[in-house]
Amino acid sequence: MATAALQQPRRSIFARPTATTGWYSWVTTVDHKKIGIMYGVTAFIFFLLGGLEALAIRAQLAVPNGEVLTAEVYNQFFTMHGVTMIFLVVMPMGVAFFNYFAPLMIGARDVAFPRLNALSYWIFLFGGIFIYSSFFLGGAPDGGWFGYAPLSTQAGQDAASGLADRGMDFYAVGLQFLGIASLAGAVNFIVTILNMRAPGMTLMRMPVFIWMTLVVSFLLLFAMPIIAVALFELMFDRLFGTRFFAASAGGDPILWQHLFWLFGHPEVYILILPAMGIVSEVLPTFSRKPIFGYAAVVFAGAAIGFMGWGVWAHHMFAAGLGPVANSAFALSTMFIAVPTGVKIFNWIGTMWGGSLRFTTSMMFSIGFIAMFIIGGLSGVTHAIVPHDAQQTDTYYVVAHFHYVLFGGALFGIMSGFYYWWPKIFGHRLSEKIGKWNFWLWFIGFNLTFGPMHIVGLQGMPRRIYTYPDGMGWNVWNMMETVGSFMIAVATLIFLFNVAVSRRKGREEAGADPWDARTLEWSIPSPPPEYNFAEVPVVTHRDEFWHRKYFVGPGKTVEPVFSGGAVDHSEHAEHDGGHHIHLPSPSYFPVVAAFGMLVSAYAVIFALPAVAIGILIMTLGFFGWVFEPGTAE
Amino acid sequence: MATHPAAVSPQPAHEEHLTSTGLDNVKMAMWAFLGSECLFFGSFISTYLLYRNRTNGGPDPAHIYDIPFTSVSSFVLLMSSLTMVLALAAIQRGDERGMRTWLFATAFLGMTFIGGQIYEFTTFYEEGLKLTTSPFGSSFFVLTGFHGAHVSVGILMLLALVGMSLAGRLSQADARKVELVGLYWHFVDIVWIVIFTVIYLVPTE
Repeated sequence: MATAALQQPRRSIFARPTATTGWYSWVTTVDHKKIGIMYGVTAFIFFLLGGLEALAIRAQLAVPNGEVLTAEVYNQFFTMHGVTMIFLVVMPMGVAFFNYFAPLMIGARDVAFPRLNALSYWIFLFGGIFIYSSFFLGGAPDGGWFGYAPLSTQAGQDAASGLADRGMDFYAVGLQFLGIASLAGAVNFIVTILNMRAPGMTLMRMPVFIWMTLVVSFLLLFAMPIIAVALFELMFDRLFGTRFFAASAGGDPILWQHLFWLFGHPEVYILILPAMGIVSEVLPTFSRKPIFGYAAVVFAGAAIGFMGWGVWAHHMFAAGLGPVANSAFALSTMFIAVPTGVKIFNWIGTMWGGSLRFTTSMMFSIGFIAMFIIGGLSGVTHAIVPHDAQQTDTYYVVAHFHYVLFGGALFGIMSGFYYWWPKIFGHRLSEKIGKWNFWLWFIGFNLTFGPMHIVGLQGMPRRIYTYPDGMGWNVWNMMETVGSFMIAVATLIFLFNVAVSRRKGREEAGADPWDARTLEWSIPSPPPEYNFAEVPVVTHRDEFWHRKYFVGPGKTVEPVFSGGAVDHSEHAEHDGGHHIHLPSPSYFPVVAAFGMLVSAYAVIFALPAVAIGILIMTLGFFGWVFEPGTAE
Repeated sequence: MATHPAAVSPQPAHEEHLTSTGLDNVKMAMWAFLGSECLFFGSFISTYLLYRNRTNGGPDPAHIYDIPFTSVSSFVLLMSSLTMVLALAAIQRGDERGMRTWLFATAFLGMTFIGGQIYEFTTFYEEGLKLTTSPFGSSFFVLTGFHGAHVSVGILMLLALVGMSLAGRLSQADARKVELVGLYWHFVDIVWIVIFTVIYLVPTE
């Protein structure tokens, strides 16, 4: 009976939305490309917020005894800067690229679970808003992004003032909330990459970027539950009085550090591997050579994924774990530099002897390699335990992780913007403005974080809101502040580039502006909703290059004669892909995510109201399960 | 998954696509999720092992656990895996009524287990072991509580399947849905075997 009702074309509460334009289409979309753009835009807005916090920090530290920020606000800003840049910028930027390009690069029409994908996005957006709303609800998290217990369990627990400091509550609940998005995304991308590949796209023919996406997804899959447990324990300690980290009752704060870094070190690779994947696509294209040692790059990425689980205690050398544990983790930490070094030599080998084109994207990728080497080398110095005892909690550490996360991850992401912008929006970003963007960004970056090595070795501690005169730190700190404002200018130039390239005499990109190598360039820019008019059949690694060129006698590269690059059948083009079945939009992901948002606020402010949130969420999932498969 | 060749029903489910690995998308996702859950429970179990002797002057494990009682409720939970298998076998034969019976039996056994857990928690509270008593109390209640929450979610899914079946929305072609809930249910049972062994049976000094 119910089956019959399903077949009747009546509008029910479960009918699927149909809008394809306007804001409503974005709210209900399940298209991986739109979700990718939303991830990118949202993460960029958070990047601006996190950047403003960084500028305020640098303004405060520009001169000794600075008075721009109070100690309380400073603590909130450096905590939120870290939380923002890691959880709301670099992670979702990686996801933005996964979303947009993973299906395109493996020849699929969408991800395996389009609605789950939308749910991930909405949870991410609401989670970011949730954490940021803490600024207006009694103060933002102020215990550092690492949330060390017992500082994090006790911060704001006076309860003397009416509006208690709930910052670390927002931290515990907010990161938990964001973790759900990451976990759902990880499951989605694992299944997409393993199961949705076009015919002939074997694992060892996948672009390196896809391999890195797969490794990151597995890291997320196994790392997120660990931080979830740590955050539950923190949250229960704060809200319900459990004794997990209460030393007075026999609780062990070191447990927090173990759980946090057992998540936290794989997290480092979650942040950097997407950028490594981007660079591994950009360098071959602009060197006009296939990537050097493809298998070695892939296996090095996978090796990093495995070894990343065995190095976490190097974050805890100062915690007193004993010489055996310290030595073991020192060795494993030095070992993990090996696969990273393999990758760097492969990238250099890719450029070696190639006909290099110094586009902005290429320059960001080369910048990535250079900056990441510096960050990697300072990382190896931390592996030496006695050395680390000198460096820990100084600006030297700040210099190190900004060289890998900014000099690494963000350079890679910028490279990805310039490389894939024509594919996403159909027009290029201006190369002329792009060069300004790169050089200001590059110089500003080194000016900001280079001197931190020096003040760090001079003993300037991290996380202090001001410092006295006469320590020999003044010049370096002023230099860092100047550098940070140069980065801000470079960021504005990027936004200017985005605006100008869009309007004035836009350079239409065409399908393949860079003479690139992978499948996403074989379809029009921007790609049609259905991606591939006809699912491609893959016969080579760098499939698209092999459709354009062949290696002639005498090892010369010859172009394939006209039409060779175009293999979509004409009829599919002509009917606009109407025969292609695509998943219909749905508004239930946003409903379910909203229910979770209500629950998150309820946990902090009015526990019984969690029931309301769960009710909304259940309704969302109920609709999700029972809505018809298509809009028709 | 491969253990149930009967899942290839006479009318293949319309939502099944050809996949690169040949494995069903949703099933692969469920396996991935369960892999993630292993780390979730693993971290809570590690916390418990660290804290089981840190009683802060409160009750200690050796004196508070009632092993015969928990053995009975563990047996009830493990039997629910049997009824779950019978439910899946029923729908794969096309026996919707039998499936509903066994699904309901599974949910009922699950609810019995949850009832036992509520009784156990209440008793412990009366004997002086509270969530806030000690790291031991915190880690015990939170670990077993999260397990109980997982069982409860499983019960809701089982009852939802029964409801769908009564509404005529769960036919032989949808056997995969029963199989997925079954995967989750068996996982929750297996986790309990670990918890029961590590927490109740391994003696503390």
